[in-house]
Amino acid sequence: MARASTTTDAFNAVAEPRRRQILDLLASGERPVNDLVEAMDLAQPQVSKHLRVLREVGLVAVRGDGRQRVYRINGQPLKPIHDWVKGYERSWSEAFERLDVVLEELKSKEEPEQ
Amino acid sequence: MTTMTKGSAKVTLPSDTEILITREFAAPKHLVYRAYTTPELVSRWWHAQHGEMKSCEIDLRVGGTWRYAMTAHGGFEVAFHGEFREIVPNERLVSTEIYEGAPEDEALSTVTFTEEDGRTSLSILSRHTSQASRDAVIASGMESGLQVAMDLLEEVAAGLA
Repeated sequence: MARASTTTDAFNAVAEPRRRQILDLLASGERPVNDLVEAMDLAQPQVSKHLRVLREVGLVAVRGDGRQRVYRINGQPLKPIHDWVKGYERSWSEAFERLDVVLEELKSKEEPEQ
Repeated sequence: MTTMTKGSAKVTLPSDTEILITREFAAPKHLVYRAYTTPELVSRWWHAQHGEMKSCEIDLRVGGTWRYAMTAHGGFEVAFHGEFREIVPNERLVSTEIYEGAPEDEALSTVTFTEEDGRTSLSILSRHTSQASRDAVIASGMESGLQVAMDLLEEVAAGLA
């Protein structure tokens, strides 16, 4: 848990499974803290601690609604993570485009023999 | 007559320790298998545009080893090697896979070739021993190794951008 306090970016923030769970829960819409506490089966102080980390990196935003604090997700800081996986995907896509060319060649060599 | 499969590889992270890559090809599976297991052919596609192939060795038999190495444009070498555990020609290849940038982590890779109407679906499932080693492989083509735990669902990011 010491790690949480040093969290400065979205990568670290989502390294914690419980915080990913919060994001998954918020993905379907905003929720008050109590809702999250119930859905996660965690004590409120722990949930609040995770929420604070997420808020610090801008992954969630909060608004007051009467006496409740309602959290919602903010996707923007996830973009670098998304891009990171996309980068890997792009490398494979480029490799496979070359494989397409190799396959076309193999096919054209094979066809006359059949 | 034949249309090239345009469209990208799909990379998903089915669990904390796995990477799944899928792609469809406009060719029968015996050709995809050949292009996947013949060193001269692998050398023509595996490096993509990211570098120059340095070596490609494939001893295609159970217990045989393989090694792919390229010099990336940044000047550093990216290499993988492993040992074949199971070979079903034109169907399935199971091998260990070690990214030489993190040699202590051995992954198990299962490649399957499925044909339908002359087209082949290729799927590569890599199972890593830890999340950190899985992430290191994803980062291998990138400029720095990010020690990140991440199974954040793509849909979460995509749906919110």
